Amino acid sequence: MSDPVMLRVETISKRFGGLLAVDGASFDAQAGRITALIGPNGAGKTTLFSIISGFQPPTSGRVLFEGENIVGVPPHRLAQRGIARTFQIVQPFAGLTVRENIAVGAHLSQPRRADALAAADEIAARVGLADQLDKPAAGLTVAGRKRLELARALALKPRLLLLDEVLAGLNPSEVRDMVPVIRGLVDQGITVIMIEHIMHAVMNLAQHVLVLSEGRIIAGGTPSEIAGNPHVVEAYLGRGAAQRMLQAGAAYG
Amino acid sequence: MKGVGTILVVAALLAAVPLFGVSNVTLNFLVTALIIALAGQGWNVLGGYGGQYSFGHAAFFGTGAYVSAILQLRYGVNAWIAFAAGIGAGALAGAIIGGLSFRSGLRGSYFALVTLAFAEVLRILASVTPITGAGVGLLVKLDLRPEAFQFQSRVPFYWIILALVTVSLLIVRAIENSRFGAYLVAVRENEEAAKALGVNVIAVKLGAMVISAAIVAAAGGFYVQYFLFIDAGIAYGPWISIEALLAPIIGGVGTVFGPLLGALVVKVLGEAAKLVTGDAPGLDLMIYGGVLVLVIALAPRGIAGVVADLRARIVRRKPEAKPEQPTAGHHV
Ligand SMILES: Nc1ncnc2c1ncn2[C@@H]1O[C@H](COP(=O)(O)OP(=O)(O)OP(=O)(O)O)[C@@H](O)[C@H]1O
Ligand SMILES: [Mg+2]
Repeated sequence: MSDPVMLRVETISKRFGGLLAVDGASFDAQAGRITALIGPNGAGKTTLFSIISGFQPPTSGRVLFEGENIVGVPPHRLAQRGIARTFQIVQPFAGLTVRENIAVGAHLSQPRRADALAAADEIAARVGLADQLDKPAAGLTVAGRKRLELARALALKPRLLLLDEVLAGLNPSEVRDMVPVIRGLVDQGITVIMIEHIMHAVMNLAQHVLVLSEGRIIAGGTPSEIAGNPHVVEAYLGRGAAQRMLQAGAAYG
Repeated sequence: MKGVGTILVVAALLAAVPLFGVSNVTLNFLVTALIIALAGQGWNVLGGYGGQYSFGHAAFFGTGAYVSAILQLRYGVNAWIAFAAGIGAGALAGAIIGGLSFRSGLRGSYFALVTLAFAEVLRILASVTPITGAGVGLLVKLDLRPEAFQFQSRVPFYWIILALVTVSLLIVRAIENSRFGAYLVAVRENEEAAKALGVNVIAVKLGAMVISAAIVAAAGGFYVQYFLFIDAGIAYGPWISIEALLAPIIGGVGTVFGPLLGALVVKVLGEAAKLVTGDAPGLDLMIYGGVLVLVIALAPRGIAGVVADLRARIVRRKPEAKPEQPTAGHHV
């Protein structure tokens, strides 16, 4: 664990009326790695992402990005500073083409329209959307929309990328296509935190896994440590999950 | 630049119209249609591209008109300078109204109602305040010299409003082809996604509001020079708020030529109604309402949308035709 800390979440809590969605969660994400955030439905994973990316203020706690507290910084500024996110419920610019969608992100570093559109073409190729560039985003399949979420975020050239279930809703072959794309991000110098329910993808991609349950981080470690922690797995991912994870881990090496 | 050629050709064709000796009635019709085209183009920047539907763009039309008239009448300012100052005042009004509404997070129908309220408050203020001529209105002194932005003939007026409309077309085309335009459309399509992609949503809306208001104020300032009269009902009345949004909606929201096409249609309909029924008050509004319902039901993307669909159908029919070139925005 000698890599520098890119993101430090310090005792973050978030209250929605009577519900404590995040309850004093703390963790570090190391630069240059893929960290997975797993946990049952309603654990507070998406809420944590919303707080980190500036979309919601925490009720208490701090978020340090490269050592600086970013709580209270508006989302567009965080995007400009290098934090990109995707939305679990995809948010395409429905009336625009795939190319135009991606170009919005590319404009962050490309002031000229032609350059942003050219950059969009290049990013689309990276995520496998090259043949859909002129399609309206509204006409994409689920898999296409997930790719578009990823492409737009990548167009920002982020240093920290928050992926919220980009594999959910994809069929096994589509998942197989996406896994190398995500792994490739680290080679481009992007630090990734991914929320994911598809366990074999987590085992296959993440160097570090965090388990969130009822708003609290209850465990953290390498995929095999997490998978080998039957208490964690049985309690929070359901019976039989430990076995499934071990098998998945073995299958992918 | 793509699209500019078309704008210049259309402008040149329209500029040639007076050379064929058209009647004063026709010229007058065209001038008033172009005033609406200009106001409609202003509305289109914010409403069509930014998705922020204002029901109160009269606030900017009236401010442009009154500031220009008052500077000329009460302070003896040259008419051209007064006209420019009116545009500046309109932009300022846009910044104030936009700043107040967007900062408090008003969207959709709330934004529409608040803009309507601003325009109505200004109308009531103008109808009681001495400096705006209160209930009587303001008559600009007759001074038929080009230096005073007044002309013997309607032809120079026609060319000036045509030039203003052309500039507004070029501005909108430039917006379409810019980062600001991309951000503006992104805000229209999905504010949350835009924020996540580094777009300062409030700043973009405010920028659009200021440009929008300035263009509409130019229409108001021109109106004063052309008719040499303004009162609260004309300046800040609902008629201009309605026509400014009707023209782009009928012609095609978020397209370069939509407001111009729509303004011509709106004015033709208005004239036709007068011919059939005489000048019954409120009748034009009823007709506009009916047309609006029809357009929204049958052609939600307006005339420009219908044209684009027809064109796409023709392209598809030709087997050897190449796929359409990717375009930055959807313009005609
Ligand atoms: N804006 C909100 N207002 C009120 N409650 C909310 C809000 N957002 C989330 N919640 C609640 O907070 C809890 C955590 O939600 P969150 O979306 O963060 O869970 P999650 O871990 O992402 O779950 P999933 O795996 O289903 O996506 C849930 O009980 C949810 O209903
Ligand atoms: Mg979630």
